[in-house]
Amino acid sequence: MQITSPAFKQNARIALKDASLQKALGNLKAGFPVKRAQAVARLPEFDALRDEARDLKNHILENLDIYLEQFENKVVQQGGQVHWCRSSDDACKTILDICKQVDAKTVTKGKSMVSEEINLNDYLEKNGVTPVETDLGEYILQLRGDHPSHIIAPAIHLNLEDVSEAFHQHHHRPKSDDPAVLMREAREVLREQFVAADVGITGANFLVAETGSTLIVTNEGNGDLTQTLPKTHIVVTSIEKVVPTLEDMTLFLRLLARSATGQEFTVYNTLSSGPRRESDQDGPENFHVVLIDNGRSDMLGGELQDMLRCIRCSACMNHCPVYGAVGGHSYGWVYPGPMGSVLTPQMVGIDKAALLPNASTFCGKCESVCPVRIPLPKLMRHWREREFEQHLSPRAVRYGIGGWAFFAKRPRLYRLLSQASNLALRLLGGKKGLIHRLPLGAGWTDGRDMPAPSGKTFMQQWQAKQQAQQKQQQSPQEQQS
Amino acid sequence: MPNAERSPQVALFVTCLVDMFRPEIGFASISLLQQAGCSVEVPERQTCCGQPAFNSGDRASTQDIARQTIEAFDGYEYVVGPSGSCIGMLHHYPELFEATDPWHARAQDLKARAFEISSFLVDVLQFRGIQSEFDGQISYHDSCAGLRELGIKTQPRALLSQVVGLQLSEMDESETCCGFGGTFCVKYPDISNRMVENKTANTAASGAGTLVGGDLGCLLNMAGKLKRQGHEIQTRHLVEILAGTCDLAAIGESEARKPTRATASPYDLAKQL
Ligand code: SF4
Repeated sequence: MQITSPAFKQNARIALKDASLQKALGNLKAGFPVKRAQAVARLPEFDALRDEARDLKNHILENLDIYLEQFENKVVQQGGQVHWCRSSDDACKTILDICKQVDAKTVTKGKSMVSEEINLNDYLEKNGVTPVETDLGEYILQLRGDHPSHIIAPAIHLNLEDVSEAFHQHHHRPKSDDPAVLMREAREVLREQFVAADVGITGANFLVAETGSTLIVTNEGNGDLTQTLPKTHIVVTSIEKVVPTLEDMTLFLRLLARSATGQEFTVYNTLSSGPRRESDQDGPENFHVVLIDNGRSDMLGGELQDMLRCIRCSACMNHCPVYGAVGGHSYGWVYPGPMGSVLTPQMVGIDKAALLPNASTFCGKCESVCPVRIPLPKLMRHWREREFEQHLSPRAVRYGIGGWAFFAKRPRLYRLLSQASNLALRLLGGKKGLIHRLPLGAGWTDGRDMPAPSGKTFMQQWQAKQQAQQKQQQSPQEQQS
Repeated sequence: MPNAERSPQVALFVTCLVDMFRPEIGFASISLLQQAGCSVEVPERQTCCGQPAFNSGDRASTQDIARQTIEAFDGYEYVVGPSGSCIGMLHHYPELFEATDPWHARAQDLKARAFEISSFLVDVLQFRGIQSEFDGQISYHDSCAGLRELGIKTQPRALLSQVVGLQLSEMDESETCCGFGGTFCVKYPDISNRMVENKTANTAASGAGTLVGGDLGCLLNMAGKLKRQGHEIQTRHLVEILAGTCDLAAIGESEARKPTRATASPYDLAKQL
C-alpha cells in the first residue's frame, strides 16, 4: 500500500468535500459510539476491568519473551509451527514459502490488519498466488481495488450504492439496494472460493500462551470457514497479542466487544490449537503461526511501550472528531485515527508521518474511551517532540514558538509584546470589534471571524486600577475636596 | 476545606488569552473569588502556561516557561485561573522534570495548589453564594482539557443553577471538541472549521440564546464562527454570567445588548403572570 501520510492535509481537504464519504462517516458517528456508551452503562465494573486489563497488559509486556516462548512450545507440541519474522518482507516471504510448499493457487483470507500492514495481498499476487478476502467488508474493498479505512469496519467509508455497484460489475448480476440480497450474493460467490482454496490465512486477536491457541473474533463466521476448510491454515499475527491464559483472554474479550461495537460479546470467537487431530471432525493438516515484530520490540522499554497494549478495538477512532471529519484514508496508511497517529510514525518513519500526531486537538476523547487506557495524546506529543528535535517541524512553527517562548520567559518584555499585539488587534477590529481578515492569520479568518480584544490588556487595566486605589488611599483629603 | 477563620489567599492566573482578548473575565474572576471570601492577588511575573511550546514538541522551552511560572506563583496558598486548559497545563508540569530534579517537587507543589475557578469554588470552597441574574437560556460547552484532564463537568452547572432566571438547555455533543486545539486551528484550518461548524449547529439546535464555556480559546473560536455564520447567539465565559457582568458586550461584539433568547421560555410566562 502506497504511503500517502505526507499528503494528509490534501487528503483531508478532499475528504471534507466528498459528500458520499461524509454521509458514511455520519453513519459511523451515530452508530458505534452510541452503542458503546449503552454497553458500558450496562456493565458497572467496566472501568475496573479497564484497570485490570491495563495492568495485565503491562505485566505481559514486561515478560513478553517468556509468554511468547511458552506459546511457541505449546504450538509445536500440538504439531504446529511458529515462524518469527522481524520485518514485513520476512513475513511475506515466509508466507509465500508455505504457500509454495503446498502448491497453493488460491488462498482465502479472514480479516487481518497485520496482513494489510505487511502488504501481503500485493506480494502474493505478484508471486502467482491469488488471495480472496472473505470478510464482507474486505471482499468489497478487494473488488474495488480499495483499502480499509477503519480497523474493524474496513469499508465504513462506503455507502450501500457503492457496494451494489461493485457487485454488479464483478458478479454480473442485477443491481440491488437490499443489504440482505447483497449479502446472499456475496455468500454464494464466496462459498465456491472457500471450497477451492488451498490455504486459509487469518489474523489473530489473541494468542494464548498456556494452550498454544490463536483466537479470532468475527461477526460473520467467515473466519471459521477460512481456517477449517483448506488443508493449510496460516495465522498472521504480531508479538504483542499474546496473553497468559484463557481466563485472561476472556477479560480482553469482554472489553473488546463492548469498546468496538457495543456488543456484549462478538458473535464468533474461534480458537485454533494446532492442526487437526485424529479425533477431530475437521481442521487443517498444517498449522503455521507467522509472528511479526515489524518495529514492535523497539517500542519495548521506551515511551511508546504503552501503545503495545492496544487490542485494536477501534474505539479511539470511532470517538475521534478528526477521524470523524476526514475518515481513515486521509491518514495515508494502514492504521488510522489516534492509534494510527502513534503507530504510523513508528512503522513508516516520523519524517513521512509527522502530520499525523499533529492532527489532534488533544481533546483527550480517545484516551477516555480506550479499554486499556493508552495515553494517546501523550504518545502523540512524544512524536511531536521527536519531530521538533530532529528539526522536521515546519520553519514557521519552530521560529514562531521559539520567538514567542523568548518573551514568555521574560515577564516584562512579555507585557510589552501583549500590549502591542492587543493594540494592533483592536485597531484591526475597528468599531465592530470583529476581525474578518487577519494578516498572516488566514488559517483562522478563512473560516471564522476573530473577536478583537475588548479593551486594553488585563494587566494594564489592573495596574491602572491599583494605582488609582493607592492614590485614593494616600490622599483622601485631596480626593474629597 | 480552608480554615474558616482566615480568608483563602488566592493568586489569580490570568492566562494570556484573557489578558490579551478579554480582561472582563479576569475582573469577573476576582469579583467571584472575593464574593467567596478570598483575598486575591495578581502576581506580576506571570506570563503564559507554556502550552503552545508543550504541544509543539518544544520541551526545552516548555521547561523554561514552567520554571518561570512556578516562581511567579511561589508562596501563594492557591493559584486559580479561568481556564481548564491552562490550569491543566500547570498540572502537566511535574512530568516535565525527572523525579530527582528539585523542580519536580516544586512542580508537584504548584499542581496541588492550582485550580480551575469553577472547581475551586465548588470543590474546594463549597461556595453556594452566587448572586447573579440572567434572563434567558444558555447552553454550556464542556471544554476538553477541563472536562477530561480536571474532571470539570458538574461544577459549572452547579454554579449556573444558582443564577436567578437562567435556564440551561444542554446541546447535543456538549463534550465534543470545538476544533480550537491551540495551534491546531491554524495548522489544520479545514478540519478545525468542520469541527466548529458541528459545534455551532449543535448550539443553534439547543435553542439557547447564549453559548457559555470555561475556556476563552474555545469561546473565541466558537464566537468567531457564530459571527461568521450570522447567528444572533451570544458567547460568554462562565464567570461573566456568575459575576453578573453581562451588561458588558459579549465576546466578538462591541456594544452591549440584551441577551438573546431564541424561544419564549416558561420563565417568561411565569414573569408575565
Ligand atoms: S488505542 Fe485503545 S481505543 Fe484505540 S484501538 Fe487500541 S485499544 Fe482500542
